[in-house]
Amino acid sequence: MKEIRTDITVVGGGPAGLAAAVEAKRQGAEKVLLIERDFELGGVLQQCIHDGFGLHRFKRRMSGAEYAQKFIDECEASGVEVFTDTMVLEITKDRELYACNSTDGMMHIQSGAIILAMGCRERTAGQILLLGARPSGVMTAGSVQRYINMEGYLPGTRAVILGSGDIGLIMARRMTLEGIQVEGVYEVMPNPGGLTRNIVQCLEDYNIPLHLSSTVSFVHGRDTLEGVTVAKLDENRKVIKETERYVPCDLLVLAVGLIPENELSKGAGIELDPKTRGPVVDQDFMTCVPGIFAAGNVAAVFDLVDYVSQSAEIAARGAVKFIRGEKKADAPLCDVKLDGNVNFVIPQKVEASFEGTREFFMRVKKPDAETVLQCTTEGEPCGRALYQRVAPPEMLACEVSGVKNGDLTISVAPRG
Amino acid sequence: MKEYTCIVCPRSCRITVEEKDGELVITGNTCKRGYEFAKNEYTDPKRMLTTTVKVTGGVLPRIPVISTQEVPKDRLEDCLKVLYGLELKAPVQYGEIICENILGTGVDIKASRTLQAK
Ligand SMILES: Cc1cc2nc3c(=O)[nH]c(=O)nc-3n(C[C@H](O)[C@H](O)[C@H](O)COP(=O)(O)OP(=O)(O)OC[C@H]3O[C@@H](n4cnc5c(N)ncnc54)[C@H](O)[C@@H]3O)c2cc1C
Ligand code: SF4
Repeated sequence: MKEIRTDITVVGGGPAGLAAAVEAKRQGAEKVLLIERDFELGGVLQQCIHDGFGLHRFKRRMSGAEYAQKFIDECEASGVEVFTDTMVLEITKDRELYACNSTDGMMHIQSGAIILAMGCRERTAGQILLLGARPSGVMTAGSVQRYINMEGYLPGTRAVILGSGDIGLIMARRMTLEGIQVEGVYEVMPNPGGLTRNIVQCLEDYNIPLHLSSTVSFVHGRDTLEGVTVAKLDENRKVIKETERYVPCDLLVLAVGLIPENELSKGAGIELDPKTRGPVVDQDFMTCVPGIFAAGNVAAVFDLVDYVSQSAEIAARGAVKFIRGEKKADAPLCDVKLDGNVNFVIPQKVEASFEGTREFFMRVKKPDAETVLQCTTEGEPCGRALYQRVAPPEMLACEVSGVKNGDLTISVAPRG
Repeated sequence: MKEYTCIVCPRSCRITVEEKDGELVITGNTCKRGYEFAKNEYTDPKRMLTTTVKVTGGVLPRIPVISTQEVPKDRLEDCLKVLYGLELKAPVQYGEIICENILGTGVDIKASRTLQAK
């Protein structure tokens, strides 16, 4: 088995991995290795050809591929070592990685620190209760996106979309432009899952109907998809029989959510947060396993790529401090306390001795208007942001500084 | 009368635009930015254009492209037709102009990534 030693190994070459590797180099780490299982870097961004990326960071409306290209170019110039077509199979709590590819075979990589950046997975038909047959033609929005935008295939002619997450909305427009007829988007919840911007520009612009409190109640077709039964749901999310309607289609697109990709993390004994479904991390995005950090969508589903890059840079700075012995492996940790309309926060913990400034990211439980996000430490303010409107699909971010003795409470509440 | 959902900020105001005696009457917006948004949507709606173009000899069969500015909404479909008719040869560099001044709109279409030859 090939033996490799690195200062920092980054797992996953999407925007999180790229930003982490580049920042680790910038901070002076010597041997930084970036491992990606695909044939090229860029991650999910390579299939996101639509604009709307980089508004925060580059103040410009870029496509996902463009945003990725910026980081790929930086990564190439920075002296990061890159292995593509290489799969990480296992990570141990002692910061060893096992990986393999077709030229080097199995590799054993011992690292000073590891940054996890494996992104997330889409929920599939098996994870939602989809009744009926299991024909071909049922696929996730991300797969449809990769087929159309990268591989040049049209996977159907008439589509129904289940779920109104942003990926589903983006694909409704994309399929329409490619000549696939989109019959409608069906959302189980009474509110859309995606951003209003996408509802307007992807559905309303193309007169694609959005059916809220509705679902696909049956899938028809033996080998290939022939159609679906759609129906309205009552308050208890039960199908209202009289509203059932048959819709012929040869493509059912599932846009029913993302889950952090955590097989490797679990294997390393990393504690996961049931809310974010990603690792529990401290203010430097270090997991409970010393020297293993998590960044981007593997840590929590961020949606906004600018936040993904930001989290990765924080993690990289933490990792460099760790290999220099400036970050303790066993520092006592305190839980970040939540108040009011906050559903979850990441980082979930802070070191009791934490000083300086860090970014915290959160989602609210329910929509609200005229709200204030308030961070307090020992009764004193340590971060604040005002929002005209908050809603669960929009992640909030807030800079926090001057936390005392690890006491941090974050609340989102109506103003005044 | 036309109704729009303002997408400038997450507040998502419903704004209506009406023409009265040759003047625009805009209501429902909470702020000035919403006013501008609705006015533009009514008089001259524009959108960014993103799609893919066929490539031969590359590591992938298609390359993503993006407009350098927004294109009038009612020209989008014709612009797409032009782009679907193109065929590029790899390698293509990020930022390379794929189609200059597409259909006289004054907007260029550029490659939004680098695509190496196979
Ligand atoms: C359809 C869609 C539309 C989006 N639209 C927008 C938008 O309009 N604006 C915006 O700001 N954001 C948008 N996003 C979000 C943005 O793309 C993501 O937040 C971002 O790509 C996440 O970055 P990441 O690096 O964490 O994960 P990814 O991009 O998923 O990268 C993870 C990488 O890790 C690799 N990997 C995983 N496991 C292993 C392993 N074991 N070994 C080796 N490599 C591995 C994967 O191959 C992948 O390349 C969108 C996302 C999607 C899916
Ligand atoms: S009108 Fe103003 S407040 Fe309302 S959505 Fe538009 S920008 Fe936001």
